Amino acid sequence: MSTHAVDIHAHDDGHGHHHKETFVTKYIFSQDHKMIAKQYLITGTLMGIIGVMMSLMFRIQIAWPEEPNILFEALLGKWAPGGVMDADIYLALVTIHGTIMVFFVLTAGLSGTFSNLLIPYQIGARDMASGFINMLSYWIFFVSCVLMLISLFLEAGPAAAGWTIYPPLSALPMAQGGSGMGMTLWLISMAIFIAQSLLGSLNYIVTVINMRTKGMSMTRLPLTVWAFFVTAIIGVVSFPVLLSAALLLIMDRSFGTSFFLSDIFIQGEVLHYQGGSPVLFEHLFWFLGHPEVYIVILPAMGIVSEIMATNSRKPIFGYRAMVASILAIAFLSTIVWGHHMFVSGMNPFLGSVFTFTTLLIAIPSAVKAFNWITTIWKGNLQMNPAMLFAIGFVSTFITGGLTGIIVGDSALDINVHDTYFVIAHFHLVMGISAIYGMFAGIYHWYPKMFGRMMNKNLGYIHFWITAISAYGVFFPMHFIGMAGLPRRYYTNSAFPLFDDLTDVNIVITVFALIGGAIQLVYLYNFFVSIFYGKKATQNPWRATTLEWTTPVKHIHGNWPGEIPHVYRWAYDYSKPGHDVDFVPQNVPLKEGEEELQH
Amino acid sequence: MTALFIIIIVLFAAVAIWQMVKIFDLAQVRTETINNGIATDYDNKINGYLMLAFLAFIYIITIISFVYWGDLPLMSNAASEHGAEVDNLMLISMIVIFTVQIITQFLLHYFAFKYRGEKGKKALYFADHNTLEAVWTIIPVIVLAGLIIYGLFTWNSIMNIDEDADPMVVELYAQQFAWTARYAGQDNVLGMANVRLIDIDKANVLGIDEADPNAEDDIIVKELHLPVGKPVLFEIRSQDVLHSAYMPHFRAQMNCVPGMITKFAFTPTLTTKEMRETPEMIAKVENINNIRAEKSKELMAKGEEELDPYEFHFLLLCNKICGKSHYNMQMNIIVETQEEFDAWIAEQKTFKESLK
Ligand code: HEM
Ligand SMILES: [Cu+2]
Ligand SMILES: [Cu+2]
Repeated sequence: MSTHAVDIHAHDDGHGHHHKETFVTKYIFSQDHKMIAKQYLITGTLMGIIGVMMSLMFRIQIAWPEEPNILFEALLGKWAPGGVMDADIYLALVTIHGTIMVFFVLTAGLSGTFSNLLIPYQIGARDMASGFINMLSYWIFFVSCVLMLISLFLEAGPAAAGWTIYPPLSALPMAQGGSGMGMTLWLISMAIFIAQSLLGSLNYIVTVINMRTKGMSMTRLPLTVWAFFVTAIIGVVSFPVLLSAALLLIMDRSFGTSFFLSDIFIQGEVLHYQGGSPVLFEHLFWFLGHPEVYIVILPAMGIVSEIMATNSRKPIFGYRAMVASILAIAFLSTIVWGHHMFVSGMNPFLGSVFTFTTLLIAIPSAVKAFNWITTIWKGNLQMNPAMLFAIGFVSTFITGGLTGIIVGDSALDINVHDTYFVIAHFHLVMGISAIYGMFAGIYHWYPKMFGRMMNKNLGYIHFWITAISAYGVFFPMHFIGMAGLPRRYYTNSAFPLFDDLTDVNIVITVFALIGGAIQLVYLYNFFVSIFYGKKATQNPWRATTLEWTTPVKHIHGNWPGEIPHVYRWAYDYSKPGHDVDFVPQNVPLKEGEEELQH
Repeated sequence: MTALFIIIIVLFAAVAIWQMVKIFDLAQVRTETINNGIATDYDNKINGYLMLAFLAFIYIITIISFVYWGDLPLMSNAASEHGAEVDNLMLISMIVIFTVQIITQFLLHYFAFKYRGEKGKKALYFADHNTLEAVWTIIPVIVLAGLIIYGLFTWNSIMNIDEDADPMVVELYAQQFAWTARYAGQDNVLGMANVRLIDIDKANVLGIDEADPNAEDDIIVKELHLPVGKPVLFEIRSQDVLHSAYMPHFRAQMNCVPGMITKFAFTPTLTTKEMRETPEMIAKVENINNIRAEKSKELMAKGEEELDPYEFHFLLLCNKICGKSHYNMQMNIIVETQEEFDAWIAEQKTFKESLK
């Protein structure tokens, strides 16, 4: 193994190389990007299981309210006396479900796994710029997960003000049980989470800028790396704002300041707060909150682009437009946050501005969708499970994205804001889509991560049943929303007006249960294949990117010899003039061969 | 009961999956390839056809949703002046959305079927095409520009409150977990108020300034009555946490923010009675009552009370999470003729009379 790597690689840790790795340095306090990626993946998966179980519980509650259920009694204990779910815990479940899914699964789980795994591999680096910071960010993430989970067992219950934690509800313990200790833990957990995210993002940015191998110009970067890189930049720009909002909220809660509170009379007494505004919190929250959905979706987009090209045996269509649209989305994502606040009481003129910027962001999104469709046109599609999830991604992204035209239009949002229409919209466009992107990535890079293959037949079943249940759950939800049913309602039986939604709600819940159950097949496949999967070959999908030039068995520093040099872009699939249908990036141009000017 | 039902579903799913795995495995034996985790031509074919089937599934679920759940009166009968405009914009947006949805989903799934991989086939090396990309940049630009312009006009006409139309001023007051309404009275000016002035002992529950002469004729009620055809301007307050005043039949919503007065105005166009008599509403109410009758039977079998039959009312709902009983924070809205309204309001006590 070469110890004289040309790049800046943290050698001073006495780790790897000629030293013996102990169990602790290899599996626990590892500084190796591959191991850290796996740690993120496993932790994200566990959090995902919890988040999905919560959603199934509250879906059962919606479909069969009032009916005692032994499941609730077993899982919720005192929160479900006699098996009937309590209204407070319903809100807590919704809140923690949203928080876990958005932040812990789809931000840390998705970016943390694939940025760590792929950035060094695909740019030709031996590791991240700082292995130590990388390790630190995982462990900080781990602590924040633990705190969030601890909050579930508090006497007064976990945070229950919605994942958007708008004050005053989140600020006043007397307003709601969950706004006591539960909210404190939520805020601390999130503050720590943000620290983790910033450390990770800085590391990704520095690595991409500084550590690309010879020949890997920015215009030759695979789209995955572009997506991770831009995602990290958005994170660095917007996460600190949420941190400041959280800190100010902590001050209001514990130190008597009035940033977000004013003129409050609750439980028979006037509180001292004067002069603050909850609307200010909404601005701060959504200044992160909206970019956050792109932090979730961009990595999935990068993964899908990569997988689509590989499995179509075709170059990604419009590489330049794909990069440009990532950049455009990133920029626009920071100036659209107000579309969550059309009816918040802010100036209607601002509403007009945000409608304009919001519908602008539909344009780069549309370009991406059309480019993906063109990528599979006249391809030679290899229907691996990863490819199915990539196609599924495009499908749900379109379905969910289109209704963005409605919720993004202030005049229409008046009536669907905070109804199930919004739930349907964002689950399809960011929840399900990003989860598909994550599954696609897992099926595709599993051989790289674990040296073995996942069972494809189980993968097919996983995909098809998931795809059907995803539409079965979220498509009808649009109509419940248009019928006026608000979200975050513990039951709709208080309104006879909504009695005719009983059937739809049952249909949705049954699909959700099927969809949840089928994830067990995936989990089985995932964990069993680690030990019993078919041994992987070096480049099972016949892909062009550099990670597939590394040996199957993980070694510290990734390449046993020199780091390969790069001579071409990442998408030379089925290039005329070559015998094989893919030309890896490290293969020099032939005599007279032209590099595509992209 | 439910739990049993769920367990059965899960069991069925497990059996179904197991069988499907077997089928896939058997199929593989026939094609004489081992399952090494990489798709074979046979997999490509099966999944290609499944893509077509899935396309059909998307279309079918769309149709089912529209047929069974898409005719809810809330989508059609707006009961306010601007509501018709909103619905029109909604309809246009929906048509655009469904056109694009049907076409793009078709292309995606059809291509996935048509170009499924086969050994020996070679994909087209097609990496760029500026004209094509320009086309699908410009088309969304044009369509969106149209929607934005229409949307902004509608938004501005809804949100810019026309004070010349002499709207009736009504305060909506939110608290955990109830609504109160306050009419401005003869002078059509609400008395000053702040939650710091709340005096429960004197029954001044809204914190109205007792010294403000404008407050004397204010009228505080628990049921909102509105005269049809008259613009009404809501001034919205909250005493504790965020709430949202949501009146879906009027296409109206505005958050209630502690420490601040938010506004929303509209003109009701249908009285409650007229709304009840629209054919859509008659059908909806009948359907709801059938469902309630079913439920009542179950309840009575358990020895509980049966449900009241449902009669339509316009509603004010809370639509911003506000705590435990957020799901049940409602107030009836009664839209009536001016005479009925005048008669009703004449019976209500003024703020001055109601003070203890
Ligand atoms: C098993 C799949 C899932 C189901 C059945 C499901 C279902 C739901 C439902 C019904 C709600 C609304 C509850 C209410 O308002 O009363 C909800 C809320 C939410 N879900 Fe999911 N969900 C699923 C997966 C996801 C995923 C993958 C994400 C990732 C983005 C996600 C993020 C959220 C968020 C952010 C909320 C809002 C929470 C709040 O209102 O504070 N969910 N989910
Ligand atoms: Cu947003
Ligand atoms: Cu509420």
